[in-house]
Amino acid sequence: MPLFDSLYNFAGWLAGSREEAEDLVQETYLKALKGFSSFQPGTNFRAWIFRILRNTFLTSRSGLQATRTVALDNDGGDGQETTAVAVSMETPESILLGRAGQQAIQGALEKLPVIFREVLLLCDVEEMSYQEISETISIPIGTVMSRLYRARRALREALQEKPQEASQRQAW
Amino acid sequence: MSSDLWQPKISRYVDAELSEQEARAMEAHLRECPSCATEALRQARLKHETRLAGRRYTPSPQFRRKVTEKIPGIIPTRVPAPWRWQWAPILAGTVAILLAAGVLLKWSSERSQEQAHSRQLLAELTDIHVANLAASNPVDVVSSDRHTVKPWFQGKVPFSFNLPELTGSPFALVGDRLTFLNHEPGAHLTYNLGAHHISVFIFREQPELARAFSTQPGPVDVLQFHLESWSAHELRYVVMGDVSAQAIHQLAAMLQKSES
Repeated sequence: MPLFDSLYNFAGWLAGSREEAEDLVQETYLKALKGFSSFQPGTNFRAWIFRILRNTFLTSRSGLQATRTVALDNDGGDGQETTAVAVSMETPESILLGRAGQQAIQGALEKLPVIFREVLLLCDVEEMSYQEISETISIPIGTVMSRLYRARRALREALQEKPQEASQRQAW
Repeated sequence: MSSDLWQPKISRYVDAELSEQEARAMEAHLRECPSCATEALRQARLKHETRLAGRRYTPSPQFRRKVTEKIPGIIPTRVPAPWRWQWAPILAGTVAILLAAGVLLKWSSERSQEQAHSRQLLAELTDIHVANLAASNPVDVVSSDRHTVKPWFQGKVPFSFNLPELTGSPFALVGDRLTFLNHEPGAHLTYNLGAHHISVFIFREQPELARAFSTQPGPVDVLQFHLESWSAHELRYVVMGDVSAQAIHQLAAMLQKSES
């Protein structure tokens, strides 16, 4: 089954529950099979099927709930906020020794609004290019960069502020 | 050019989104600018950690079986008989394309997983080297005598190796310690060249290691380390440090000569 594990992982992060993730993945494959004629050969299959999954999530009850609670203000399209990146004088050693544990990162990821969580997962976990993410989420590349910047900033802040609040949720 | 002009590009560099020319210019800048190099390293580290932490949810075998069994049956059961026969060739073609896409994607996915694993091995080895630089006790055995260092590994690693005679060379053996990579024990030797530490790793050769070190190690470039690796006598050697590439090669050549 193409991309089964990746889609399931992405669905898990979006939905937050095993049952919903399974429903999402199953519905995604059904829609993909039924709408396979709409897939244009030569275009990106991965972006296409991830887009189906994401759209399925957005129209689900928890998807509607998640997006209703997210402010879409200042969703800049040029990625220029990156000029505000702070410079730290951390050394490789301090980064290595002081890095947050995986549970802390998972906890911080859980707390991110879904529009930031999804770009971060597609970029860092699925290793999609900005172009692929743009196709998957149907937003301009500049907005991808902007959301990535804000997602990483929020992740860093969450890790720096409350490292002790590591997620206690167990992986499935 | 000021750091302020480079900072916005760092995340694109870490995400491999810069053009080849821009990436080369960025690498040249990183070699000269500690603050940008630190920021690049920090972003690369966060990306790496996010990748590991982000692989969290795994489908159960039952769910996998359920979907695999259910999905292929959907289209045929919904197609009326006359329509089915009329469109059978197209359906067959679609299924063939889907299967081909599946095979291609599986191959692509496996390759992508292999590449990700290779990058992870490189990152882990770099971590070991960097951790060694920061450690108050970088070696378990402090000795400049190769005849002391080598026997210490007896019973600790499942192989034997030779070390070069350093007399007349600029290198000095500091000591050694046991290390692990890809669930295998290996030897980690530390050499000094002036004030610089160089790590020499020796592991039993594995397909994963051969694959990881067969290509240009991108992540190591980010950390500005030079690296040389080779395979001999079913062992994988890796020499890594922040000295010049020539110095790394010189030590690598001495090790290779001692093995031959």
